Amino acid sequence: MKEIEKYVKPYDASFTTMVPTNFVKFFRTCKIWQLFRFIMINIKMLIVVRKSH
Amino acid sequence: MARVVVLGGGVAGHTAATFAADWLGKDHEVVVVTPNSKWNWIPSNIWVGVGQMSKEEVTFDLAPVYQKAGITYKQAKALSLNPEGNASGDKPFVTIEYTGQGKTGQSEEVTYDYLINATGPKLNFAATPGLGDANGLGEFTVSVCTADHADHAAHEFAKCIEKMKKGERQKFLIGTGHGMCTCQGAAFEYIFNIEHELRKAGVRDLADMQWISNESFLGDFGIGGLHMKRGGYAASSRLFAESLYSERGVKWLIGAHVNKVEKGKVSYELLDGSMGEEEFDFAMLIPPFAGVGLKAYDKAGEDITATVFAPNGFMKVDAKYDAGAYENWKASDWPRTYQNPTYKNLFAAGIAFAPPHPISKPMSSPNGTQIFPTPPRTGMPSGIIGKAVAHSVCDLIKKGPSAHLHEASMAEMGAACVASAGKGLFDGTAAALTVYPVVPDFEKYPGLGRDLDYTFGEIGLAGHWIKHILHHLFMYKAKLNPGWTLIPE
Ligand SMILES: Cc1cc2nc3c(=O)[nH]c(=O)nc-3n(C[C@H](O)[C@H](O)[C@H](O)COP(=O)(O)OP(=O)(O)OC[C@H]3O[C@@H](n4cnc5c(N)ncnc54)[C@H](O)[C@@H]3O)c2cc1C
Repeated sequence: MKEIEKYVKPYDASFTTMVPTNFVKFFRTCKIWQLFRFIMINIKMLIVVRKSH
Repeated sequence: MARVVVLGGGVAGHTAATFAADWLGKDHEVVVVTPNSKWNWIPSNIWVGVGQMSKEEVTFDLAPVYQKAGITYKQAKALSLNPEGNASGDKPFVTIEYTGQGKTGQSEEVTYDYLINATGPKLNFAATPGLGDANGLGEFTVSVCTADHADHAAHEFAKCIEKMKKGERQKFLIGTGHGMCTCQGAAFEYIFNIEHELRKAGVRDLADMQWISNESFLGDFGIGGLHMKRGGYAASSRLFAESLYSERGVKWLIGAHVNKVEKGKVSYELLDGSMGEEEFDFAMLIPPFAGVGLKAYDKAGEDITATVFAPNGFMKVDAKYDAGAYENWKASDWPRTYQNPTYKNLFAAGIAFAPPHPISKPMSSPNGTQIFPTPPRTGMPSGIIGKAVAHSVCDLIKKGPSAHLHEASMAEMGAACVASAGKGLFDGTAAALTVYPVVPDFEKYPGLGRDLDYTFGEIGLAGHWIKHILHHLFMYKAKLNPGWTLIPE
């Protein structure tokens, strides 16, 4: 939560949006989870690519 | 034997020319007229601009590729079209001026049976005083729009890092350099790549990061924003964009028309009519885009540029240009075949076609200054349109003038886009997005304009891996290596 402490200031524009927790940030670069997401995103993208051609 | 002339060897032109040459074989001729000797995978210029890739890694020589494909390559820029020929003949032709091949400055008339205009954008730096002039980029800011610009940006960025390592604070200003810009996505990628590199260099605490753009809300991206399913909600791209900017300590200024750039300072006007100034040590501001300024003449030599091209210089195609106000806009306004309505053997592809109107809602300040994003035509739609147009032209040649034209409306196709937020095999991240359709269709999808089953996005390392793989995949494809036709646009 260091980023939140550093960058989010009360009543700044950054105060009224959502900011990621450590949990979310961990999974963004967690290799095993991201490998799974890599497969899922590729499948989703290929479906959109197929629909568009 | 028919001759197809393709103007522009970028994403759309290269796709159109290479597929046309493949489908037509040796019975017909494909000519590419493009001023550069190299092809550039423009999306990776972002990484060149932060010193994470070299110019050489994102470009390659066009001549050997076109020789392999049997394409006649003229390193030249097109100046004007004569779609009816001239007094000495009926054959349509394009006047070109060489920029290389030992003929620099020489002009030539190249006749054609079919012409595909894929000349992309003119980077209109001259639109904002101080951002540049008719010769291009000015001295106060940097750009990542070409590989050379990005290389220069990387050197300037390295100088900032050096200063910061000596304890000097630096302010980074990144965004759009005019009220009528598009391509916010490229600036988005650049600011987060800069921020990522500053962290890696251990100097992030000495940096002030400031975003400035003409979007009326963060996350508009020139497509009126988008919604994604998240936690049981259909959440706006605004939420995700604001979240990322907050998380990474980037302040944002939106609804801004930059009206002047000076050394270390920009002046701007906001949508509410107020004026302001923002100082910087390093600035990358995307210029507005215009058509490349091709002229057109009829048989008698009369100027018919206004018949063939829209006032912004992009080529008129089968779009509905008289749709009027935002409230009247429909998905069906968007072109399907990209055929010029006056001259049926003229087509446009990629950024070169004139859109019927923006996608984002037009807005202006109380002073009458227009401040809103113009419509983007990103890589995937540009490639798909290039291929569809090449298909139509090949069918017209092989099956005759009654052949059915292929269709590729941006209101019926989706786009996959991967926006890098920092490069690194294990610590990089990128926002992987798809939107379907690119142009929202509020009749088919009332309320949000898009199909939520096919519009999604998420940020993470997987996105970065995809972006990196796409770099190699598209370089491989553009070089026409074995199996290139199987790789989708
Ligand atoms: C920094 C940056 C990052 C980007 N990142 C992404 C991304 O991640 N994903 C994505 O989908 N899109 C991205 N884009 C957008 C993408 O680059 C464009 O959508 C795409 O290049 C458009 O293709 P085009 O063929 O219309 O134009 P271009 O690729 O620009 O090609 C136009 C060609 O025409 C040539 N030309 C110019 N004038 C003439 C003339 N008079 N005669 C003949 N030829 C001429 C030019 O030299 C060029 O070769 C990015 C753009 C930028 C600037």
